[in-house]
Amino acid sequence: MSAAAPTERGRVSPLVRLLESESVLATALLVPGVLILVLFIAYPFVMALWYSLTSIRVGEAGQFVGLANFAKAWNDTIFQTAFKNTVFYTFWATIFKLALGMWLALLLNRSFRFKRIVRASMLLPFIIPTVLSAFAWRWMFDPTFSVMNWVLYHSGVITDRLPFLSDGDWAMWCAVAVNTWRGMPFFAITLLAGLQTISPDLHEAAALDGASAWHRFWHVTWPLLLPVTLVVVVFSVIQTFSDFQLIYVLTGGGPANSTHLIATYAYQVGVASGLLGEGAALSLFMFPVLFAVVWVQLRYMKRMEGH
Amino acid sequence: MANVTIRDLNKNYDNGFHAVKDVNLEIRDKEFVVLVGPSGCGKTTTLRMVAGLEEITSGQILIGENVVNDLPPMDRNIAMVFQNYALYPHKSVYQNMAFGLQMRKYPQQEIEKRVREAADILGIGPLLDRKPRQLSGGQRQRVAVGRAIVRHPEVFLFDEPLSNLDAQLRVQMRVELKRLHERLETTAIYVTHDQVEAMTLGDRVVVMKDGWVQQVGEPLELYGKPANRFVAGFIGSPSMNFVDVIINELGGALYAEAQMLRLSVPPQHQDRVRAHLGGRLTLGVRPEALRLASGADPAGYCFDTAVDVVEPLGNEILLNFRAGGAPMVARVDPAVRVRAHENIRLAVDPARVHFFDEKSAAAI
Repeated sequence: MSAAAPTERGRVSPLVRLLESESVLATALLVPGVLILVLFIAYPFVMALWYSLTSIRVGEAGQFVGLANFAKAWNDTIFQTAFKNTVFYTFWATIFKLALGMWLALLLNRSFRFKRIVRASMLLPFIIPTVLSAFAWRWMFDPTFSVMNWVLYHSGVITDRLPFLSDGDWAMWCAVAVNTWRGMPFFAITLLAGLQTISPDLHEAAALDGASAWHRFWHVTWPLLLPVTLVVVVFSVIQTFSDFQLIYVLTGGGPANSTHLIATYAYQVGVASGLLGEGAALSLFMFPVLFAVVWVQLRYMKRMEGH
Repeated sequence: MANVTIRDLNKNYDNGFHAVKDVNLEIRDKEFVVLVGPSGCGKTTTLRMVAGLEEITSGQILIGENVVNDLPPMDRNIAMVFQNYALYPHKSVYQNMAFGLQMRKYPQQEIEKRVREAADILGIGPLLDRKPRQLSGGQRQRVAVGRAIVRHPEVFLFDEPLSNLDAQLRVQMRVELKRLHERLETTAIYVTHDQVEAMTLGDRVVVMKDGWVQQVGEPLELYGKPANRFVAGFIGSPSMNFVDVIINELGGALYAEAQMLRLSVPPQHQDRVRAHLGGRLTLGVRPEALRLASGADPAGYCFDTAVDVVEPLGNEILLNFRAGGAPMVARVDPAVRVRAHENIRLAVDPARVHFFDEKSAAAI
């Protein structure tokens, strides 16, 4: 357009002419994004890699120690517990989120009164800040003031109060429950979006073909929903595996370091105790696991595209 | 093999829409019945109630001797072909066709035999390993039909199965479906909005509008003796010409008169039309019942007009003109040479004139 403009309208400024070039424009558009990635992702990551190889602590530069931090972490029983906890927490929370989220999505996919309001309000656990909701849950699990203990006790279901957060195993399951409560809406909404792309004709055809409700789910809904399911599961695994806030607020890693996740333990060592190098090494143990998850997902998506 | 009986069938949707009104229909064993009408006429809803995909508000549906109102779709021994084929996208052609048999726990050998047989009939044998998205529209259509026929159902239901195909393929598949029906000899109910499809496929055609059945009859019966103005206009293309007329008597003879138009009432209509003397009726005449007048045509059935637009189609010529205040079309011999704006004299075939009541629109 500018090329065809009459010359008396004034010359095209040099900057505009420069941006006409595709490569210059592309670079200009990419720079902000790349800058943010470098500044907030790449730089901290490289720094963490470097720190993990040194004995740096708060107020002390430290020196290169090779893989000593990793070796120490490997033999650290608290870290071993934290790693097991992280796997446990991720595995069960994802299973529950998927099962309940799928169930909820199938329910919400039907038409009923106030469908929109119900669908929207279901997102509440997801949009409330985690710190806030985790505090509320901590209050509900409180040894003295737990509303759940009160209800169960006074309705005669239990005779002894339940040690929600004061027992390590109980506390882990509580964390799984809260994470499930918080993450389920994301599963439900995403799966619901996936469900709505499945033509109702397919279910009708399957019904005519003699498929029961379960067979319709297994032979029609599930395979067609699989790509969406895989994406949410991977997202959820990444988020759950690297979760920090929920445990930090709910149990702080206690009692007696029994509910630490890798992230909370790395924080405790690296920031709270000031051992930056060791903390960095601890947190880097998450990397290979998450990398594997992402790799599997990318491979699968590529295969789907090939079809 | 079974007949299908529909008694006083009604469908009210929750939003108050009365989609199907008092439909009664007796479909004989091995008969091919087509439900046709404009969109929203209740034809698809009726079909879906037969299939069991839509709840029945009132009335009865019988397949064979059994009332199927409360039977789920899978227990009705019917098979349906959907408008968008509804093939399972993740299953191969073979799996798509076999699924219904697997769900019914047929032995593997029997499934294989039936799928191969159906694939042979439909000419899709080489496609059995493909996925639906690797097929053309016509091939998908065949797979959808194949999925229905492997089940050997008592009744086939077709829901506008050809409307997603291009015009040429539609004509081809239409012939194939007709041939297939003759071969399988299974009762079939077929829904379409295309009157040509209805006329070519149906042993009998049910014309519907606004939830009501307008007329049930063999194709030529609908064409030759439409029960009302709607059927008369819906069946046939170009559609029947209508003109509002007043019935007058002149020297003992009855005339239908409109602006600049006066036609004798043909003898076979005299008695019934006389009851409307001085009143208004709608006169209907098909484009093919008009021709350029020759000296031999009685003057009472001729009128003068000026051609507005000429559409030379090759096998016929359509002349567009106005008569009696209404736009009309005449379908004339291709040998006729007429130019636009030329004055012509047209003759009406008296045996093919229809009269409709002005209020009820029923044929009289």
